[in-house]
Amino acid sequence: MNPLPGGRHYTQSEKNIMSSPEKKWKTIESGPHTYEEALHPVVRKNYGKWKYHEIPRPGVLMHVAESGDAIWTVRAGTPRQDTVDMVRVLCDIADKYADGYLRFTVRNNVEFLTPNSEHVEPMIQELESRGFPVGGTGMCVSSVAHTQGWLHCDIPATDASGVVKSMMDYVYQEFKDMQMPNKVRLSTSCCSINCGGQADIAIVVKHTRPPRINHDHLATICELPKAVARCPVAAIRPTVVNGKRSLMVDEAKCICCGACFGACPAMEINHPEHSKFAIWVGGKNSNARTKPSTMSIVAHNLPNNPPRWPEVTEVIGKILSAYKAGGRPWERVGEWINRIGWKRFFEETGLTFDDNMIDSYRHARTTFNQSAHVRF
Amino acid sequence: MEGAKDASSREGHHCGGCHSEENGKFLNPTPMLNELESGPWPSFVSGFKELAERTKKPMLRGVLDQLEYSYNTKMGYWKGGLVTVDGYGAGIITRYSMIKDKFPEAAEFHTMRIQPAPGLHYNTAMMRELCDIWEKYGSGIITLHGQTGDIMLQGIEQDKVQQCFDELNQSGWDLGGAGAGMRTAVSCIGQGRCENACYDNLKLHLKVLKHFVGVLHRPEWNYKLKFKFSGCPNDCTNAIMRSDLAVIGTWRDAIQVDRDEVNAWVEKKGMDVLVNQVINLCPTKAISLKDGEMHIETRDCVRCMHCLNAMPKALSPGKERGISLLMGGKNTLKVGVNMGSLIIPFMKMEDDEDIEAFIEQIEEIIDWWEDAGLDHERIGETIERVGLKQFLDGVGIEADINMVTRPRDNPYFKAPY
Repeated sequence: MNPLPGGRHYTQSEKNIMSSPEKKWKTIESGPHTYEEALHPVVRKNYGKWKYHEIPRPGVLMHVAESGDAIWTVRAGTPRQDTVDMVRVLCDIADKYADGYLRFTVRNNVEFLTPNSEHVEPMIQELESRGFPVGGTGMCVSSVAHTQGWLHCDIPATDASGVVKSMMDYVYQEFKDMQMPNKVRLSTSCCSINCGGQADIAIVVKHTRPPRINHDHLATICELPKAVARCPVAAIRPTVVNGKRSLMVDEAKCICCGACFGACPAMEINHPEHSKFAIWVGGKNSNARTKPSTMSIVAHNLPNNPPRWPEVTEVIGKILSAYKAGGRPWERVGEWINRIGWKRFFEETGLTFDDNMIDSYRHARTTFNQSAHVRF
Repeated sequence: MEGAKDASSREGHHCGGCHSEENGKFLNPTPMLNELESGPWPSFVSGFKELAERTKKPMLRGVLDQLEYSYNTKMGYWKGGLVTVDGYGAGIITRYSMIKDKFPEAAEFHTMRIQPAPGLHYNTAMMRELCDIWEKYGSGIITLHGQTGDIMLQGIEQDKVQQCFDELNQSGWDLGGAGAGMRTAVSCIGQGRCENACYDNLKLHLKVLKHFVGVLHRPEWNYKLKFKFSGCPNDCTNAIMRSDLAVIGTWRDAIQVDRDEVNAWVEKKGMDVLVNQVINLCPTKAISLKDGEMHIETRDCVRCMHCLNAMPKALSPGKERGISLLMGGKNTLKVGVNMGSLIIPFMKMEDDEDIEAFIEQIEEIIDWWEDAGLDHERIGETIERVGLKQFLDGVGIEADINMVTRPRDNPYFKAPY
């Protein structure tokens, strides 16, 4: 084929399309995969007609339907970052003990549902022997919601799966047990966008310097108005550098959020030393007892220290120890803190409250103590 | 970059010869990553290495090399692009290596987002087929699941994408969402096992996402829009903060109380626990003791789920079930985290007509957002910018006291009289 104007040659997939204009397969825009064939027959029979459940032991649920049928669930942790080989092992276990059905939870655990209670123990043995910890139920530390990091993301300041592995190694026994006051949800995120989400305890990157701008290339790879509009504090302005159109950042205004980096890769905010970690606590999505809440920052300036991030896991450990010792039954981390007060939280965890933890962004006043309630 | 130079100078300390014992014959040394193989939690590094040694796919070696390099320099090296499949404008997350001169085997590492079944249910036949097709065309690395709810098939080259997708599509799989359109949704297990599920969230998820499949594959909105479907106010899908449209099951009437089971519970756990852990934790003091018997004042109940969680055999949701719709949740980017807020306190969700009425309402909401919203503005941000009243007027929803925690405490509104 002749090259295109400008000398570019056709890509292979363009050639594929042009050489076979009649595609053999016409796409079916089916959306989500259907689910009925993925439900165990006992589940299908009792769909929507469940009566109650119990947790007979960590990692095992028993649900009873109105019909009297019972179904057991064995739950185990996975790396989330899996391989086809690992998934095939899970399928083997599902075929052997769960009639060929399995599912995953929102927090990346695998579940096998079976009506045969005598399959529960051998399934636990086999999962454990294959390296999948059985647990993640009830008042435990469940697995970490996380993202892609250096493996795949285009704007990561750190890795995700590696941080998770380090954290879960550290809290492994609490995943397998049910000894916490209430469930503990963890998350980790590799930039300030926090794709891991709000959690009881979260590890989130915090950038500490404004972006470094590549003025030679910015105008060729970025839409300038888009990047300017992206800044929540209007710190970005057009400028000319070395005769080229580019952007500048008002560094006094910049809050180092990294939003511009997503819009414009020539505004690099990640830095191997200056992108650090912050720890947040108190996030809660459930409506039980107290309304859902967002997390608060309780530690920062922690180093990005692969491959094990020991400084970060140490802080997690301090928080979990204090919570486990001091929380009352059913108190989530945020609820525990609300009862004992933030002063005691910082004392009992050994963390330090500093003036950067006072809100300075939108709606800051809503977090001020507008009362005479004091703890000494 | 100064930091990167410092970090990569540490590479000199890595032993070039001691690789065979650690990594077999195929892989290059990855001493930093190898440290993530120790410890009791299952190791993704071990999984990748086993896969690489078995399949000998160069892309796996390249990606592990680049990941090891990232661990040393503390920087990432992927950039985006525009890989897609015929007829779709989204769903393939393009990834080219920015250092492919160093790691040519990692030059391309695109990800295919695939929509799973609602509730993340699988049977082994469909799962094995997915794995076989994926191994045929791609790296074999698979994430179950991404934060928004997709299966992520990570690591494929552009010239194999169309064929891979065609085979997956023939088996009933479709791409997930990306960009400024509808995204893949998430459901909890719902009526597939949970006694608290107040509506068929799996069915609603399937129908709604099928309805919006066009704009999921060909994004055209101001920004992304995410649905999450939780069966009850426990909100196990984290819908309130992780979705623009949070569909949360609820009930309108009284909690159903099984007196015998309440007595059995009290016998087993004791009256102290009933008082300290159930009655005292009710947020609106709706539970009291009358002559030693537990009594729930339905008018004071806000359906927080705590007492049902604490006494699963004795208490269950009311009979008049449906959904509440909350809107506007989003995470930290730009304006900070927003929680969704209640927009529709109750909607019946029992039959297909209910589902159609729901979808119609959502279409009106989205139409309003397309008109009123700015580029890259999530719907929650739009509502905050123009005001909830303007939103309600725009979509024809009547103001309801349940939308606010309290009426305003300032008088500054323009009187319509």
